[in-house]
Amino acid sequence: MAKRIDVSGLTAYYGSHKAIEDISMTVEPRSVTAFIGPSGCGKSTFLRTLNRMHEVTSGGRVEGKVMLDDENLYGSGVDPVSVRRTVGMVFQRPNPFPTMSIFENVAAGLKLNGSYKKSELEGVVEKSLKGANLWNEVKDRLNKPGAGLSGGQQQRLCIARAIAVEPDVLLMDEPCSALDPISTLAIEDLIGELKERFTIVIVTHNMQQAARVSDRTAFFNLAGVGQPGKLIEIDETERIFSNPSVQATEDYISGRFG
Amino acid sequence: MKTEIEPTSTAAGSPSTVRTRSTGRAGDKIFLGLSRGSGIALLVIMAAIAAFLTYRAAIAISKDDANFLTTLEWNTSSSPMRFGIAVLAYGTVVSSIIAMLIAVPIAVGIALFISHYAPRRLAAPVAYVIDLLAAVPSIVYGLWGALFLVPHLTGLYTWFDDYLGWTGILSYQGGAARSLFTVGILLAIMILPIVTSVSREVFRQVPKMHEEAALALGATRWEVIRMAVLPFGRSGIISASMLGLGRALGETMAVATVLSSNFRIEASLLDPGGGTFAQNIASRFKEAGDDGRDALIASGLVLFVVTLLVNGAARMIIARRKEYSGTAA
Repeated sequence: MAKRIDVSGLTAYYGSHKAIEDISMTVEPRSVTAFIGPSGCGKSTFLRTLNRMHEVTSGGRVEGKVMLDDENLYGSGVDPVSVRRTVGMVFQRPNPFPTMSIFENVAAGLKLNGSYKKSELEGVVEKSLKGANLWNEVKDRLNKPGAGLSGGQQQRLCIARAIAVEPDVLLMDEPCSALDPISTLAIEDLIGELKERFTIVIVTHNMQQAARVSDRTAFFNLAGVGQPGKLIEIDETERIFSNPSVQATEDYISGRFG
Repeated sequence: MKTEIEPTSTAAGSPSTVRTRSTGRAGDKIFLGLSRGSGIALLVIMAAIAAFLTYRAAIAISKDDANFLTTLEWNTSSSPMRFGIAVLAYGTVVSSIIAMLIAVPIAVGIALFISHYAPRRLAAPVAYVIDLLAAVPSIVYGLWGALFLVPHLTGLYTWFDDYLGWTGILSYQGGAARSLFTVGILLAIMILPIVTSVSREVFRQVPKMHEEAALALGATRWEVIRMAVLPFGRSGIISASMLGLGRALGETMAVATVLSSNFRIEASLLDPGGGTFAQNIASRFKEAGDDGRDALIASGLVLFVVTLLVNGAARMIIARRKEYSGTAA
């Protein structure tokens, strides 16, 4: 089930360094929201606060509220492990488990959640690989190591692994930045299909990509080196790229800085 | 040609530039010679050891009146000599296996604690103390084993006898606990540092992105270790264990100090007696005559071969899993 994310007053730290400050936004279910902004503006950090991965980094802590429908992810008594089971994540560099086969990679999340019969696992693995547009390429070699695939295939394998556990939200941290243009296109097409089922948030450095795949776009910026990153504006993607309401956004998009 | 308009070297033709370039090339040659020489020297030394052992062993075995592999006695002063390695092979293998069974799980546990569980302030001192264990001379372990471990193990062995004595291999008749099991415990402590520090280094090298992949799927800390850390570290654990096993097989002084050597295969692991290759050589070498020494060298050759086989087996295990190890591809 895709869910709405409602963030209010979120500030994240690395030790004593404030990385992002006072961010509030709403992410609609069954839509793609893209985060853009210059390096160091905290868009990846913000993304990682949405599934409580930020606090894995030593010294990482978060203030504020992230509501997933009506549950506060940072409420007392909420287990970060269970948060990550409902908010999936795809990383910048494809990271299939090197010691596992393609099948085992996709089934990895399910095995964490409990015991399944082999036939059930087979069903979910096929569905997830089809969902990630990878099934036809790997169906004859499911028992081969996942690390033997090409970069683009590995990234789609990671997407299959993330959607196999049926998360509510799928976070993608620059999922195409290590891929060639053809693999990038395959992933972008896939994102268009996946938004029918999931709430998707994607961080990207590529503004054309944001324009192509997203429904809404959020622009982040920072006042200077060492300053915390802030959300400048979030709006319909079309509006952000044609007629943004803040001058800084227009400067960034038109390439005048950053 | 492009090279002709390259800057400095040819155009200026200054002697200093030319000299720098030529010493650079000579440096290459010297380094190549040194590294190639070292490689060859290593092979030559190995071959020399093997040839020496084989030659002397052949002399001894030709004078052996009994079966060298199966005889349960060691009598090199009689004529003709009667000696065999069965007791030594049994003692060496059994005590090393006991040491591995005890040491490897503990070492992997300590290594995981240092690399993934302990707060940084605690991890460094713990790692340091473990490394310090490796610096203790083996004779000190031997003395500690003989004077402390042996008297304190009687209670444990009596308990084993009460509950597991029916198995036969864990029965205990009393007397000083100078047995293969005691040697195994002592060897376990001695190989703990090497197995721990090699495993720890491997666990530290697990790429962050594999651990994050597991975390993002909703893995707990233990599940991260099971999904990402242990599989990645698997071949490292195997090589660490083999390094430890190599040390356990060849350990001499500590074993010689603790074991009551009676050159018998005892049915029970807890009863005093037995022997290992290295311990047997150390205990007998001084008193042995020329023929006796050759006999001891023959037993040393067997240890040499066993160690080679162990290492070869470890490499095979590692190579077979290579495409899954994360270092390939």
